[in-house]
Parts: sequence; structure tokens; C-alpha cells
Amino acid sequence: MYKLFLRSLISVLFLLGFGLNANAEFKVGFVYVGPTGDHGWTYQHHEGRNAVEALGIKTTYVESVPEGADAERVIRQLAQSGHDLIFTTSFGYMDPTNKVAKDFPNVKFEHATGYKREHSNVSTYSARFYEGRTLLGHMAGKMTKTNTIGYIASFPIPEVIRGINAMTLAAQKVNPNIKTKIVWVFTWYDPGKESEAAQALIDQGADIIMQHTDSTAPVQVAEKAGVWSFGQASDMQRFAPKSILTSIIDDWAPYYVERSIAARDGTWKQQDTWHGLKEGMVAMAPYNSAMGGDLIKEVEQLQKDLASGKAHSFTGPIYDQKGNILVAEGAVADDGMLAGMNVYVKGVEGDIPQ
Amino acid sequence: MIKIEKRNDVSRSIYFLTPVLAIFLTLFGGGIIFYILGFNPIEALKFFFITPISDLYGLSELLVKATPLCLIAIGLSFCFKSNNWNIGAEGQLIFGGIVGGGVALLFYSHDGFYVLPIIILSGAIGGMLFAMIPAILKTYFNTNEILVSLMLVYVAKLLLDYLVVGPWSNPEGFNFPETRQFSESARMPILFDGLRIHAGIFITLITVFFSWLILYKTYLGFQIKVSGLSLKTAKYAGYKGKTMIIIVFMISGACAGLAGVGEITGPIGQLHRNISPDYGFTAIIVAFLGRLNPVGIIFASLIVALTYLGAETAQIFLQVPKYTGQVFQGMILFFLLGSDYLLFFKIKFLGLKKNEL
Repeated sequence: MYKLFLRSLISVLFLLGFGLNANAEFKVGFVYVGPTGDHGWTYQHHEGRNAVEALGIKTTYVESVPEGADAERVIRQLAQSGHDLIFTTSFGYMDPTNKVAKDFPNVKFEHATGYKREHSNVSTYSARFYEGRTLLGHMAGKMTKTNTIGYIASFPIPEVIRGINAMTLAAQKVNPNIKTKIVWVFTWYDPGKESEAAQALIDQGADIIMQHTDSTAPVQVAEKAGVWSFGQASDMQRFAPKSILTSIIDDWAPYYVERSIAARDGTWKQQDTWHGLKEGMVAMAPYNSAMGGDLIKEVEQLQKDLASGKAHSFTGPIYDQKGNILVAEGAVADDGMLAGMNVYVKGVEGDIPQ
Repeated sequence: MIKIEKRNDVSRSIYFLTPVLAIFLTLFGGGIIFYILGFNPIEALKFFFITPISDLYGLSELLVKATPLCLIAIGLSFCFKSNNWNIGAEGQLIFGGIVGGGVALLFYSHDGFYVLPIIILSGAIGGMLFAMIPAILKTYFNTNEILVSLMLVYVAKLLLDYLVVGPWSNPEGFNFPETRQFSESARMPILFDGLRIHAGIFITLITVFFSWLILYKTYLGFQIKVSGLSLKTAKYAGYKGKTMIIIVFMISGACAGLAGVGEITGPIGQLHRNISPDYGFTAIIVAFLGRLNPVGIIFASLIVALTYLGAETAQIFLQVPKYTGQVFQGMILFFLLGSDYLLFFKIKFLGLKKNEL
């Protein structure tokens, strides 16, 4: 009896919550995994939020939300406090997002980089960062003197392995002798670990440093050591003005604007988005003139071809480390294969940590 | 010239009132900070301390957050009372989580009432064994338990990283660093539909009760207190110091292990790299704020948990930086230690004597 009473009390409270929300102003919430000042991943999501805010739509963000038990509460609080659309911008929010979505069918949820859409009010989105990696590979292959490319990697998930492979394939195309050396740091953001990894790679002869982590530490180490580097997630040029050749920019703004307007106008539908250079979700920062005009022209052409579909990052023949064929000559890898990629291509050194 | 003298006549009621004073000073200090940031201090404090617990969901979340803090702090109080500085509760929590989570994965396809108790028990044993490492090294090799227990935190973290990235990662999870979701029979029962408060709270309450019993009603508790007050007296009385050190570390580790297993079988439901937002370290604040007293620790854990929830609500409603929560925790500790110092020591301002010039 007592339990029944409590249950009904809770449902009434929930209903009250909905009732209040229905009349309130349209609001968009953002959950960030890092601080807005990381100058990488979260910084770019925050830039996207600013673009939504610029439309006159009210937004709220919560930064540095741990990917553990706390995430669900923060997402739920945003849903409860009248937010109509909520972007959860890290992989670790996947299960909490789906859990909260179940209890708030009138609120729309957008989860970045995940694969679970358990309820009709959950969409997922991610960017084809690997297209940017192809451009980096082309530049790296041309610019390296030691034929060694240093790569700081976060976690051995398909997204990261795809980036390593795309970069290596493009570099091999212009310089068959290159080798990719990888240090796994098992973190997305740890300036200390990232700079140690960069230094270790430079000590092993790498004269190009690139990263799939979010801090600016690796480019700063590269600048000091006088080797080339590439920025990640945002334009990191000002942190290493001499060393950075370009940065891969995650531009979430157009997507956030489009989805916010759709949710406000009632045209929002569940979808799985994977946008790249073509749609502008992946963009390139200005190219460093130290590369020389010819190389810049080549890269710009390649960028156009990738955007138009004339070129593809994973065009056969592609072999794995043992020489088995992965993609046949003339074919391109389909999205299913890309989404589950878990082997290195030929030319990458070492094994994927398992 | 300033002279600092020890006070000999500290009254018991003042001793237990200083944490309350520290909290009021924190509210006052927090109000000033909010004012400087350009917010109405009263309104900001309301968003910080009242809004988060103004409904059932908020209250339930407060308990969810306070449960592990209280449990760990209770365990730590055994160590701290006897002058054993276990700083590595975070590691013991993680190791308990690893062992409990491992058992949960082992029983993945089992379905039965016995699954959860086995998981909880193995988590407690895991934490206990992990805490015995600094205890044994201290008693037999004379190492410093602060350093050993602290360094073991990183060992536990790296072990967890290794397991969730490698052998224990979800086979259907695209290599993401996490295990499968545990089966239903491996999860803490939820007490009320729609809320996250789970049966782990009973484990905490039972632990608090037994801790009180041990500390205040048993010979062991007496030994612990005497050793804390004066090691020499304890030796003179013939207490077996080594055994006691190992026992307090075991209790402390078991509590941290229980907290870890409570998190992974409760709100989280799987193992991944972020099973604890540094509960093991925050619990040190909780233990001292609660005066190493079981009842005090219950209140302290609720207050510290509230600073976390408050930081989130204040950010959602006022967009103040998330780190204000940490500022509040820091202020509570600062004011508590500050008032403790003045409680135990007198500061005398003496005039300068001629011959001292």
C-alpha cells in the first residue's frame, strides 16, 4: 500500500514536470565531458552551442561531467528543468542518455559518437574525422625526412584505428617508405601523458607528430623540438605557430543549429548522422605556408575530391599488416566496414592493444 | 611576539559544533564568492543547497551520492582514529569494484538470488586484500603507509584500464573501454520505481551500526582509540599493535570495496574506467568533517554529496563554473581545520619585552 502510494506520488510529480515543461520556452542543453577551455573536443562543442545561442535560442551547458554514475543525473536534470533538446557530447554518455530518454519521451536527445538508439527520441551523430586524416597523411608523407610519423592515440576503438589507417594509407601513396609509430595513452585528455608520448615519439625519430587526443600539449612539444605537427579538434595554430601544418577542425555548429531549429519547429526526427568534409562537419584550418605552394595546392585538390566523393580515404587495394587483402583493387570500404574497423593496415608498426 | 599554547580544556559540545560552524562560514564565504561573480548570493546559495533536494528525485540522488562517501569514510575512521593514514581508499574501492565486477561477469549467464550476495562479498574481500598490502608492508617492513596506499591507487586504476580495454571488454562493444552491462540478477535492487536509490544504502546503514558497535562497545574499539591517542600507552598496555594495524586496514579496505561494488552493481551497471569520481579521496574530507564519528560521518557525507549536486544545479540554472563545488569542499575543510586549530591552541599576543629587541 505504502509502496503504491509512493509510486503514484512519483508519477504525479513526473507528470507535473511534463505539464510545466509544455508551456516553457524552448531550451537546448549540452553535456560536456571536459572543461570548455580544453581547446580541443569540448571547446568545439561549446563553439557549436554558441552558434545555437546566436540564433536567439536559449541554451544551457554542464561541463566536466564524469562518464560514470553522475552523467545520468545531469542529463535527467536537464530534461526535468525544461530542456527540449539535449546534446550529450561524449561516448560514455551512451547508456545514461538512452535511459533518461525512455522516461522523457517528449524531450529529444542527441548522443555524439555512440551507436545505441534504443528509443525514438534518441539520435546519434559523429563526424568522418578520417577524411581529415587522409589529408594529414598526404602532407606527412611529403614533409617527413625521417620517414617516421608519430601518432598519439587514445583508445583502440574503430574511430581511432580508422584515423591511423586513413593517415597511413594516404602517406604511403606519396611516400612508400613511411612508417607509423603509435603510442597509446588511454586517455582523451591528459596534457602530461600526451606530452610524454610526443617526446617519446620524437626520440624514436618521428619528425611529424599527430594526435587523437584533445589537449594542445603534443603540438607544443613538437614546436619546441622543431618537428612538424597537426592540431586536433580545433585550430591549435596559436599554440605552435611554426610547427603546425594545419588542424582538423570538428565543426559541430551547422549540425547543432539545424537540429535545434528542427526540434523547435517540430520537424526533428530520429537519425544517425555521419558527416564529413562534404557537409563541413570536418573542416581544415589554414595550411601552413612552410609546406610550399605546390603541396598546398595538391592538398586543397584532394580535399575537394574527398568532399565531392571523387576520392575516398579507403580505396583498394588495402592490405592488413600480414598482407591479407582487406579492400579489393578499385573498390572502396563501405560504412559498415569503417564503423567496425579493428585491424591496422600494412605499414603501421605494432599491435592493437587487446 | 605571538605565542601558541595548547588548550587543555576543550569542551565536548564545542568540539562537535565546530563542523557546523565551518559549514556556516563556508556558506558565508560562498555567498561572497557568488557576489563577486555577480550573482545574488542568497538566490545562488538557494540553487546550490536547496533546489537539488527539493523533490524526491533529488533526495534519492543525494543518498545515491552520499552512500559510497559514507561507507568509505566510516572505514577510514578506523584507520585515522588509530593513527594509520590510509590515503588509498580510492584504490581499494577500484580493486573491490574489479573483483566484484569480475565475479559479476563470471556469473553473467547465471540467474539466482545468490549472485548478488556473492558479488558484494567478493567486492568487500577484494578491497580488504588490497588494503592489507600497505598494512603488512607497514607492520613488517616499516614502510610509510601514506605513500604505499596512495601509490596503489594508480596500480588499481591501471589494472582497471587494462581489464576494460583488453580481456574484459564487451565483445559486442566495438573495443570501447567498458565491459558488458551486468545481468539483472547482478544489480542492486532499486527501492522505488523511477528513482536510483538502491539497496546499497542498507549495506551502508548496517556498516555504520556495526562500526559504532565496534568503536564504542568493544575492546578492539578501545584499543584503536588508545593507540590513536598515544602509541606509547598502547604499547605499555600490551596491545598487539601489528594485528591492530592490519585489522583497521582490513576494515577500511572492505568498506571501500563495498562502496566500489555498490557503485558498479547500483547506478553504473558495468565496469568502465570512470567507476569513481574520486570518492576515495573525497571520503577523507567526509571522515574528518564527521569527526571520525559514525553519526557525524552520516551527516558529513550528506553535506559533501550536496556540494556535488549543488554544483550541477547551480551550473544548470546560473551557469556558474562546475568547479565552484570543489571550491565549496575546499572551504569546508579549510574552515574546519582552521577552527580546529583555534579550538586546540590558544594564540597569545605578548608585548615585546625590552631585552628581546
